[in-house]
Amino acid sequence: MQNSKAWNFGDNVNTDFILPGRYLELTDPKKLAEHAMEGLDPTFSSNVKKGDIIIGGKNFGLGSSREHAPIALKYSGINIIVAESFARIFYRNAFNIGIAAIECQNISHKVKTGDNIEVNLAKGKILVHGEKLSIKPLPEFMLQLLNEGGLVNYIKNHIKEW
Amino acid sequence: MGYTISEKILAEHAGLKHVEPGEIVKAKIDLAMAPDLTAVLAYNAMKEMGVSKVWDPSKVIFLLDHIAPSTNIQNATLHKQCREIAYNEKMKYFYDINAGVCHQVLPEKGHVYPGMLLVGADSHTCTHGAFGAFATGIGSTDMGAVLATGKLWFKVPETIKIEAVGNLQDRVYPKDLILKIAKEIGADGATYSSIEFTGESIKNMSISGRMTLCNMAIEMGGKTGIVETDEITLEYLRNRIIQKPNIFKSDSDAMYSKILKINSDKIVPQVSCPHSVDNVRDITELKSININQIFIGSCTNGRLDDLEVTAEILKNKIISDKVRLHVTPASMGVYKKALEKGLIKILIDAGAVICNPSCGACFGGNNGILAPGEVGLSTSNRNFKGRQGSPEAQVYLCSPATAAASALTGVITDPRVI
Repeated sequence: MQNSKAWNFGDNVNTDFILPGRYLELTDPKKLAEHAMEGLDPTFSSNVKKGDIIIGGKNFGLGSSREHAPIALKYSGINIIVAESFARIFYRNAFNIGIAAIECQNISHKVKTGDNIEVNLAKGKILVHGEKLSIKPLPEFMLQLLNEGGLVNYIKNHIKEW
Repeated sequence: MGYTISEKILAEHAGLKHVEPGEIVKAKIDLAMAPDLTAVLAYNAMKEMGVSKVWDPSKVIFLLDHIAPSTNIQNATLHKQCREIAYNEKMKYFYDINAGVCHQVLPEKGHVYPGMLLVGADSHTCTHGAFGAFATGIGSTDMGAVLATGKLWFKVPETIKIEAVGNLQDRVYPKDLILKIAKEIGADGATYSSIEFTGESIKNMSISGRMTLCNMAIEMGGKTGIVETDEITLEYLRNRIIQKPNIFKSDSDAMYSKILKINSDKIVPQVSCPHSVDNVRDITELKSININQIFIGSCTNGRLDDLEVTAEILKNKIISDKVRLHVTPASMGVYKKALEKGLIKILIDAGAVICNPSCGACFGGNNGILAPGEVGLSTSNRNFKGRQGSPEAQVYLCSPATAAASALTGVITDPRVI
């Protein structure tokens, strides 16, 4: 269970917003984190706290395959993103580095930036303003990826049967 | 029950008789490609997985295209690392800064063939579906897993069928068709789906046009775009590929999640307006929109036929003094042919700047960045806020003909009236 501050960025948060193309040459995750969400909110990286949760509307993470985007968020302290839907490559990239990308209907209309939000992945529930919301159950493989800390560890642990 | 091309290719590579949409399968990869900005991250991920060498150096291609040549010490260092990895791994194929955009270079050099499963650490890898391949973009950790093992998991996509009937009219191009489709389907309407392009318009379309269509499948959230292999495909591939094409066709009773019929005859030039690719209008609806910079290039529209139509429109004319025109051929092969045909001289005489083959201005890396308040018109694939420079700039997307016509006037202009 995680009780956290929410950051709501709305619909169609694309990878150029999350990590603008001009920073793609950076490889140090901490440097990438300094530019997280810069396309939408240049003050995000100095105000975000470890364990905060990002909220999105539909099609979160559309655009590029750049893993720099979820890496920038991860090293900003984000380990959960809740959105109404996710773009395909971003969704995979997030789980692969250990960020839970959770789908929840209407979430972007129920939470404002600064609100308190409680996410219980094990029970599949979110608590906002006293209201309990259900999340779309995660495929078993994605849960396993999360439990093992992402794809790097997963391959390490299972390379024989991969 | 029948199956689609995408399902058949995934089934074959997963060693299964057939696969169903939604099923998660592990499949063998025929080719893994990583460009400069993502290759090192992927290679590091492979190392972190405890694997010291790529699974098959003849099936991994690194390519320097996103920022080429390097523009600062950071990206020069990335390039240096890519070169060292390719050398140490004894990669059979490595393309340095003199090659061009990965999605143009791979088919030109014979690396793409029908029926293959290709992954690339770049979202526009879906372009290669134009050759009847299942090709999709992946992130760096997924690519790390591929480099380590030669395999990757896939959720079998549903397939959306686009049936484009009739033929595109004069000065209307595949780019206009795909922008129209993006408008109909929406920026997330094909999430996790394969988009199969069929119909008379596709059958009569060049490989270059089919690449433009498949290229933009990702802009609707698609996992890939795909076109059935035919004589046009095989003609392009003749004398390029070594592998025998493995041709799959969708069964007549294959299941589609959606079928969208488009009448190509009725399409007029399309323009995608800021700041979303699916914000598409008929050019006739637009009021006069002043522009500052025009970019003709990219894996979407930087090919020889794109430069030919540009030159045809600009021949013996001078571009407006209100705009700057950047032309970036998609590959050195395209550049050379354009030189031989005299196109480059026409473009230079008209006032264009010719940039070396690379991704260039498409993603705001180099060769033409927009300043705050400026408006760009681009033949590339994305117009997200900040994509080509300042977040306070605006980007419109269009075909090369619309871009060329607009270069003459300084406002977005219908190429049919020039």
